[in-house]
Amino acid sequence: MDVKPILFVILYIVGAPFIGGFLDGVDRKISARMQGRKGPSVFQPFYDVIKLFQKEPLVVKRSQTFLVMTYLLFMVIAGGLFFAGMDLLLCFFALTTCAMFLVLAASFTHSPYASVGCQRELVQMMAYEPMVLLTAVGFYVATGTFYVKDIIHMNTSAIAFLPGVFVGFLFILTIKMRKSPFDLSTAHHAHQEIVRGVTQEMVGSNLALIHLAEWYEVVFLMGVVALFIVNSNPVSYVVALIVILATYFLEILIDNTSARVNWKVLLVSTWVVTLVAGGINLTILVLMHR
Amino acid sequence: MTNVARSPWLLHYDGSSCNGCDIEVLACLTPIYDAERFGVVNTGNPMHADILLITGGINSQNAPVVEQIYSQMPNPKVVCAVGTCACTGGVFKECYNIKGGADMVIPVDIYVPGCAARPQSIIDGIIQAVALFQKKHEAMKAGQNDNNDKHGK
Amino acid sequence: MNLIPFLICFPFVAAIFMYFIRNNKIRNRVAYASVGVIMLATLWLLVDFLSHGGQATAILVENELVDAVILIAEIGLMLLVIYLCFKYKKLWISLLSIVQTLLIIWLEKCGPAFEETPQLLVDRLSVLMIVIVAFIGGMITVYATGYMHGYHHYHREFPDRRYYFFSLIFVFLGAMFGLVLSKSMLWLDFFWEVTSICSFLLIGYTKTDEAIHNSFRALWMNLLGGLMLAIGIACSIYEIGCVDVQTIVAQGLTIPIACFAFAALTKSAQLPFSRWLLGAMVAPTPSSALLHSATMVKAGVYLLFRLSPALFGTMTGTMVSFIGGLTFLLASLLAISKSDAKAVLAYSTISNLGLIVACAGVGMSETIWAAIYLLIFHAVSKAMMFQDVGAVENSLHSRNIENMQGLIYRLPRLAFIMLIGIAGMYLAPFGMLIAKWAAFKAFVDASNPLLIIFIAFGSSTTMFYWTKWMAKIIGPPRVDTPLRDVTKKDEYVSLYIHVVIMLVVCLLCIPMSKYVVIPIELSLFGSATMTLDSADIMVMVILLIAIVVLPFVCYLGTKRHKRKHVISYMNGVNAGDNKNFIDSYGEEKQLYTANWYMMDYLAENKLLTPCVIVSAGVLIIMMCLIIGGAVSWM
Repeated sequence: MDVKPILFVILYIVGAPFIGGFLDGVDRKISARMQGRKGPSVFQPFYDVIKLFQKEPLVVKRSQTFLVMTYLLFMVIAGGLFFAGMDLLLCFFALTTCAMFLVLAASFTHSPYASVGCQRELVQMMAYEPMVLLTAVGFYVATGTFYVKDIIHMNTSAIAFLPGVFVGFLFILTIKMRKSPFDLSTAHHAHQEIVRGVTQEMVGSNLALIHLAEWYEVVFLMGVVALFIVNSNPVSYVVALIVILATYFLEILIDNTSARVNWKVLLVSTWVVTLVAGGINLTILVLMHR
Repeated sequence: MTNVARSPWLLHYDGSSCNGCDIEVLACLTPIYDAERFGVVNTGNPMHADILLITGGINSQNAPVVEQIYSQMPNPKVVCAVGTCACTGGVFKECYNIKGGADMVIPVDIYVPGCAARPQSIIDGIIQAVALFQKKHEAMKAGQNDNNDKHGK
Repeated sequence: MNLIPFLICFPFVAAIFMYFIRNNKIRNRVAYASVGVIMLATLWLLVDFLSHGGQATAILVENELVDAVILIAEIGLMLLVIYLCFKYKKLWISLLSIVQTLLIIWLEKCGPAFEETPQLLVDRLSVLMIVIVAFIGGMITVYATGYMHGYHHYHREFPDRRYYFFSLIFVFLGAMFGLVLSKSMLWLDFFWEVTSICSFLLIGYTKTDEAIHNSFRALWMNLLGGLMLAIGIACSIYEIGCVDVQTIVAQGLTIPIACFAFAALTKSAQLPFSRWLLGAMVAPTPSSALLHSATMVKAGVYLLFRLSPALFGTMTGTMVSFIGGLTFLLASLLAISKSDAKAVLAYSTISNLGLIVACAGVGMSETIWAAIYLLIFHAVSKAMMFQDVGAVENSLHSRNIENMQGLIYRLPRLAFIMLIGIAGMYLAPFGMLIAKWAAFKAFVDASNPLLIIFIAFGSSTTMFYWTKWMAKIIGPPRVDTPLRDVTKKDEYVSLYIHVVIMLVVCLLCIPMSKYVVIPIELSLFGSATMTLDSADIMVMVILLIAIVVLPFVCYLGTKRHKRKHVISYMNGVNAGDNKNFIDSYGEEKQLYTANWYMMDYLAENKLLTPCVIVSAGVLIIMMCLIIGGAVSWM
């Protein structure tokens, strides 16, 4: 039995909340600096989550809690599969299932804001899902395998074959990371026209679990970004780290320089980018391999 | 004891006011005053909030709303009345529809005077509220559940 | 193998009994018994077949009587269609029937001679189809006994013709057995015709104007398919003097195969022929369940499976897979705008069939692997969903998804089955997703970027309409009045068995691949590849267990937690609870949260007609190109 994947999974399960939380803190700090503010400490997200766990547990519907927990656990599983080197498509399917649990948890109360958030979350999922699937297919066509553990041992980085897919993936990353202009269903910033959207009725520890799940998700998604770069050459890991940081910075920049759009713009623009960047890249690749 | 004071999340409610204090509260979050450096987040949601900032007086129409929003905040929670209207009813006190300050319907912990309250004093109020927030949390953990909910009524 | 004639004939005999027994209780008993006999015979056939090593066996029926019976029945069907078309003044539809019947009779009696080959074939594919038809179809029949009782109880306006309904269902089952066992295209054509007319009669069961209108639409579309089938047969007789489906496929005859594929598209309700299946919802739910899951639409898919080795790399294959992929995407988009549960199910059927058709059209063994999986999972979960929606409708008196809010509190058992059914339709790691995943991989291996894009977009739209339905079910109920669950015991029996079958099929997908799907691939293509690795499927099974166990564990873990209840956030204007609020006039109003249907963009009346026109255009042009190309080669 190979020990490496197990090690990676353990590292992910233990380390992802710290990395994710830290990235979140960096995000808030950089955002503040971009706006000419001092901003909170980079550990602020941890303070927030610790506080949330201390708050009195209030519920609108009791059973919401177990759906939120399932959301978190499934997120851990989805990311774990990825870092275990499993089938990429499978990881993405698990991620979709996971997102569905969030929608169900949010819709449990059917309160007006949560419901609207829920439907918007579904539109967001509908918008990014094709690109997510095309990304997996892109890796398969470029490297001949869906397995993450094999993709990282290729001689050339996948991005050499998949520039369009990478652009498309960056585009949907904005939706996945709930960054403006695509933070329709819930926002990290202050409040929006639907208050907190999907997390509206999640109080205290439930909200903390949602934050944890988001940190796990960010690490998973950054892993996918790295997958575009990593190859058999050890240097590529350093490059991958730089690309991750650049990507993260780019998302923060987009977040701070754009205004929220409506769902139509979101859906149409994402699908167009998916078709143009992802679709054309893929078609050329498939025809080349034929 | 856990330090919860590093993460005070605010809910801002503007009652019957001239909107002066309302705007000053928002000014606290702008680059010049930057309340976020204390970890302050202006959530729009009582269920996520720790500190309720009330500006403006209480009238018969918003009284049940304030009560309800307060009841939706999870313990420990702190209420901070910002501006003279929120403290006492201010210049509107004698109006037929005004009941008075925020303490007419909910227990207020911190009073920030001023017409309009200056951002500096608002931030000072928040800092005091944060200290109280930590104290209340410790009290709650120590098992002495403060009877905030009963106190005001 | 003596069972084969029995299996085909028995349902017809049962149908006659059904028609003449007018006492409901006795008829129900007889129906149970007949279903039992059919299932036992199927099991016996299965055991017998497997004990002989699963060897394909062709059977030659050299009995003049059988031919005569079929001939008379064909003429009888034609006369029936003519009579009904006269009665309802749809004369031109009868032309379709007259032309094809006369063509077939002429071919048999006075046309060029063709060799007498075995008419029946028992191989793995047909046995699989028989098992699906016998068990899913059988369970639907059991369900129907209970359902029709409730149906006629609440719909007094329709005449109670249950004897007629049940006899049609049995005729249908018999015809399906015949269809999947036919090796001779002439026989297949006959049974094809029977299923077309049966579905026409079932759709028109209630005799309302809408039902009659829809039933004639189903009739003309299916008869058009039948006509194409007859033309294909005529062409193959002229070209090679043979009506044996395997010979035709092996020879790769372009025109007959294109005609057969066209017929299959009509039968499986692909665009532009989707409207007939949408109209079929007006019939009582068991007949929709039957049409959508185990029979009718699967007949078209079955024919495509038979044809698939000849579709690889051909124009016809491209046409079929393009239409299938397009249907998958467009039908799932259209389903978003639907709030009627049965309409959503209908669109989802069309959409899933589109995927199967696309797989079959590519004509590689990988894609067929995926397609067979899809077929099995779809049959089970769709039958379950239809029955469940029917049962909910009997209790709720509505099948609008908006009215199903809080169903989990009001009709917990049915709602739970519904949740399982929906999860089965699209969620990782349930069956349909395994199949979809396999289809995805297969399309990549087939180097077909267009189909990959169709499936990527189609999956995302599929997810949208299923999730919002799920979200509606688990929300808090709008009204607190309790709902009486009027679901009969036999309906529950059928539903529970479906749930069990579905979970078992999901858990056993690895052995199923080895013992069911791969051998079918082998018999069709001579080679077999497993599209998904066992390791992958293993992870899926683990995920399946996780998705069942995790929420349960979390639920138990959090059950004891002390939680204080608060009312939901509505800007502080809740009127004391989560259902009402105080509006700006100070008056109490009820809160209504609805799902999102995107009616401005995806409504049926806006989108369906362009879809039909575009796909019809594609179909016509491709057919012209195929036939023109073939003719110019001659």
